[in-house]
Amino acid sequence: MKKFLAMLLALVMVLSLAACGGGETKTPETEDPGTQTEEPAAASVKVGFICLHDENSTYDLNFINGAKAACESLGITDYVIKTNVPEGQECYDTAAELADDGCNIIFADSFGHEDYMIQAAKEFPDVQFCHSTGTKAHTEGLSNYHNAFASIYEGRYLAGIAAGLKLSEMIENGEITEDEAKIGYVGAYTYAEVVSGYTSFFLGARSVCPSATMEVTFTGSWYDETAEKEGAQKLINNGCKLISQHADSMGAPTACELAGVPNVSYNGSTEAACPNTYIVSSRIDWAPYYEYAISAVINGEEIAADWTGTLATGSVVLTDLNENVIAEGTADAIAEATAKLQDGSLHVFDTATFTVSGAAMDSYMADVDTDPAYTPDTEVISDGYFHESEYRSAPYFDLRIDGITLLDEAY
Amino acid sequence: MNKMKIHISKRASLPWYKAWAIRGIAILAALVTCAVVTMLLTGENPISIYSTIFRGAFGTARRTWVTVQDLAVLLGISLAVTPAFKMRFWNIGAEGQVLIGGLATTACMICLADKLSNPMVIVCMIVASIAAGAVWGFLPAFFKAKWNTNETLFTLMMNYIATQLAAYFIIVWEVPKGAGKIGIINQSSEIGWLPQLGNQYLLSIVTVALLTVVMYIYLNYSKHGYEIAVVGESQRTASYAGIKVERVIIRTMVLSGAVCGLMGLLLVGGINHTLTTTVVDGRGFTAVMVSWMAKFNPITMIFTSLLLVFLSRGAGEISSAFGLNHSFSDILTGIILFFIIGSEFFITYQISMRKSAGKEG
Repeated sequence: MKKFLAMLLALVMVLSLAACGGGETKTPETEDPGTQTEEPAAASVKVGFICLHDENSTYDLNFINGAKAACESLGITDYVIKTNVPEGQECYDTAAELADDGCNIIFADSFGHEDYMIQAAKEFPDVQFCHSTGTKAHTEGLSNYHNAFASIYEGRYLAGIAAGLKLSEMIENGEITEDEAKIGYVGAYTYAEVVSGYTSFFLGARSVCPSATMEVTFTGSWYDETAEKEGAQKLINNGCKLISQHADSMGAPTACELAGVPNVSYNGSTEAACPNTYIVSSRIDWAPYYEYAISAVINGEEIAADWTGTLATGSVVLTDLNENVIAEGTADAIAEATAKLQDGSLHVFDTATFTVSGAAMDSYMADVDTDPAYTPDTEVISDGYFHESEYRSAPYFDLRIDGITLLDEAY
Repeated sequence: MNKMKIHISKRASLPWYKAWAIRGIAILAALVTCAVVTMLLTGENPISIYSTIFRGAFGTARRTWVTVQDLAVLLGISLAVTPAFKMRFWNIGAEGQVLIGGLATTACMICLADKLSNPMVIVCMIVASIAAGAVWGFLPAFFKAKWNTNETLFTLMMNYIATQLAAYFIIVWEVPKGAGKIGIINQSSEIGWLPQLGNQYLLSIVTVALLTVVMYIYLNYSKHGYEIAVVGESQRTASYAGIKVERVIIRTMVLSGAVCGLMGLLLVGGINHTLTTTVVDGRGFTAVMVSWMAKFNPITMIFTSLLLVFLSRGAGEISSAFGLNHSFSDILTGIILFFIIGSEFFITYQISMRKSAGKEG
C-alpha cells in the first residue's frame, strides 16, 4: 500500500511538472504575431546576443559588458544573452530560436559564427543580424546582414607607445642595451587581425624607441591558457624584455607577472592579477555599435553593411595606465598621438615607417573580399599609407614587415 | 536498541515493471534532490527551473526538432559503439571514428566540388566517410586480435590522432587565410550537402531510426549478433563452440567504426556543413554511457539518449533564462545521472534489513 501511494504521488508530481512546462510554452507563441507586425518602438524591441563562451573568457566578457551597457542606456529591458554557443549549426539554431522568440535584432560575437548568421539572415528577412569581426557582409548583398569591427590597430598603436617608452626608460636606466630592446608577442593564428594587431603595436613602440625589434609566436588557438603561458615563457627565455599578446586567456599576463616582465594586455585590464607588470590594455568597446544598430532598428533606419568603430566613436579605448610600471610622460605621449590620429596627421601604417624585405611599399593588393583562394582584390596603399579597416571593417593588413621575426608560422 | 544487519545479495531476476518502477523512483528522487540543491544554491523556484528545462527542449517546434536531431546524433553514435561493447571490447574511440568520418566527408566536399557532379560528390562522401570510420575501427581490433594489445588505450589514442589530423586539415582549408576555420563549405552552391527530407532536421532522424531497427535485429536475431554475444560472455566458450574469435572482433569493430563514420557524414554533410575539431562534442564518450545504461538494447537507448539530450538542451535554457552559469546545469545533470546509475545497483542487488528483535516496519 505504501509503495502504491508513493508511486501515485510520483505520478502526480510528474504530471504537474509536465503541465507547468506545457502551459508556459504557450505564452511566447501568442505574443509573437503582435511583436512582429507592429512597428518596433523602444519598449517593444527585443534584442538577442549570441556569445561563444561566457563571462570567464575576457573576449566574451568584453562583449557581454558592451551588450548590457548599450541596452541600459537605450532603456531596453527585453534582451536575451545566449552564452556557450559553438561555431557550428548550433549558432544557426540559436539565432533562429531568438528570431522565433520575437527578437528584432540579433548579434553574434565570434568570427566562426558568421556563416550561420548568414544562413539565419536568409531565412528571417525581417530580423536584423549583426556579426562582429566578420568579413562577408559587404559582398553578401543581404539587406539584413551586417558586419562590425573597430580600428583597433589605432588602439594597439597607442598601447605600443606605452611599451616603447617603457623600453626607452629601461635603456636609459642601463637595465638593457639598445640592441636588447626586444618585444615578444603571443598571437593566436597568422590571421590578418592578429598580424595587423602586432604590427601596429610594434610600429607604435618603434615610433618612440627606434631600436626596438619584435619576436612573434603563435598558439593555434584563441583560448589556450597553457599554450599562451608557454609561448610567453619561450619569448622571455629568448631575451624579450616586454610582452604583449593577442589571445584571450590570462596565460601570457600571468607568465609575465611571474617573471617580472612588463606586459601590455588586450580586451581589458589585467592590473588586478598582475599589479607589478601590467602597463596598459587596448580593447574594443562594443557598446557604441550596439547602441547604433539597436537605435537604427527602433527608428526603422538602415544599418550599415559594414561598420567600423573608431577612436571618435568611442569604440577604440585604452584602459587606465598602471602608474607603478609606466615610464614618465606616457600619458602625454599617448594623448598627443591620439590627437594626431584623429586629425589625420598621423597614420599607423604610414609606408615611410616600415619596409618589407628591405623595400618601402607603394602598392599592395589585399584579400578584402573573402574567398577560398585568398585572391588579392583591392589596392589598399595610397596617399602614403596602408588604408586599414576602410574597405572592410575587419582587418586585412597581412604584410610581414622588417624588424618583426615570426618564430613559427604553423598556424 | 535493536541491532540491525544489512544484507546485500544479488537478485535472481526482477520483473520488468519492478525494474522500471525502481528507475522511475530514482528519477523522481533525482528531481527532488535537484530541486533542493537549486533552492539552496540559487534561491530560484525549482518548479520554474524544471519548466524552463522542458521549454528549452520542447518549447517551440524548432526546439523540438533540434532536440530530436541531437537525440538522433547521440543515439546513432551509441548504436555504433554497442556491438563492440556487447563483445566486451572497450571501444572508447567513437569520438575519433566519427571525426575521421567527418574529415573524409569534408575532404570530398572541398576537393571534389568542382570536379564531379553533386550526386557523385555525395556518393564519394558516403563511401569515404564509412571507409574512414571503418579503418579507425579496424586498426585497434587488428592489433588486439593479432597481438592482444590493450584496446582501451589504443582506441583512446586513435581519438587524438583523428583530432590532430582534423586540426591539420582545417588549417590547410581555412578561409580566410590564417583564420583557423573552414566556415560553411560550399555555402552558395550547396555541393555535397545531403538532401533534405521535408526539413533540414529529418534526414538524420530518419537515418538513425532505420539504423536503430537494423541494429536491434542484427544484435538479437542474426548469427553475427549471436557470435558477438557469445564472445562477450566468454572468448574460450566461443572458440570451443567453433567461433573464430579474431574474425568476430575485427568484423565487429569494422562495423562499429563504419557506423561512426556514417555519423560523421551526417554531422558534416547533413547538419553542420563544416568541420571543427569539436564537431563531435564529446558525444563519442557520452555514447558509452548511453549504451551501458541501456544494457546494450538499441530500443532502450532511445530513452537513455533522450534523457541526456533533454537535460543538456534544457541546461542551455536555464543558463540564459536565469543568468546562471552553464556549469549549474552540469551539476543538475550530474545529480540525475548519479541517481540513475545508482538505481541499477538496486535493480541488480537486493538489500534486506534484518533486525534481531522488534517488528517489521
